[in-house]
Amino acid sequence: MSLEGVMRVSGSALAAHTVWLDTVASNLANSEVVSGSADDVYRSRQPIFATMMKPFGDRHGAVGVTVEGVIESGPPGRKEYAPNHTLADGDGYIYHSNVNTVEEMANMIAASRAYQNSVEAMNTAKQLLTQTLSLGR
Amino acid sequence: MSAQIGSILGKQAQGLYFHAQRAELLAANIANAETPGYRARDVDFRSALRAAGVGSLEQSHERHMASNSRFQTAVFYRKPDQSSINGNTVDMPKEQTAYAENALRYQVNLRFLDGKIKSMMLALRGD
Repeated sequence: MSLEGVMRVSGSALAAHTVWLDTVASNLANSEVVSGSADDVYRSRQPIFATMMKPFGDRHGAVGVTVEGVIESGPPGRKEYAPNHTLADGDGYIYHSNVNTVEEMANMIAASRAYQNSVEAMNTAKQLLTQTLSLGR
Repeated sequence: MSAQIGSILGKQAQGLYFHAQRAELLAANIANAETPGYRARDVDFRSALRAAGVGSLEQSHERHMASNSRFQTAVFYRKPDQSSINGNTVDMPKEQTAYAENALRYQVNLRFLDGKIKSMMLALRGD
């Protein structure tokens, strides 16, 4: 029965979007992190989504979504001249993380919307399955 | 007798199956709304119906493909109204509408099927 397929496909989306929300939370939490070197500073993490190339044992290939990996992305963060800072390097610079908070807020909204959509799809499938079970009662 | 029951439930049962499969396809679209390069798919009811009505493939050998390929032939890629930068062609409002409509049609089929089963039970019981 394919309505269980809806559950599997939407379930994979819930898992993937949870990872997305996780990275958003991590990015926002670390947005104000500074470091004494450009290499050590926190970099914004972004999940890479991919369609599951192998459908769930189905003939017509409705495919779920999976997180292929999380990359540390983006351009270098802001470099600030702060010679009095305890973390300042030899030249008196500290390095900020490259998290763009505005972008992350937008990502958060997109992720939670996507999550809600999958939950709704699952709910509908659940209702339909329940109704099918009570056929002829 | 069981064959007769099958033919009585026939169309509605097939319709139920079609809508269940379509629900899965649309759920996949919704699930992949943020996946780069994903192309939204849908299935055309009319061509699925036509494929089901005529030219359904016979399996004269046990290794022939199951007749589920009828559904497969009716699957098509959505043409996006507006292309997105990452190659994803899922139009969320469209998908949601299609999903809701499909669920409604599934319920319609279910209702018909329920009526058939109930009237058969009534005939069997005779009270």
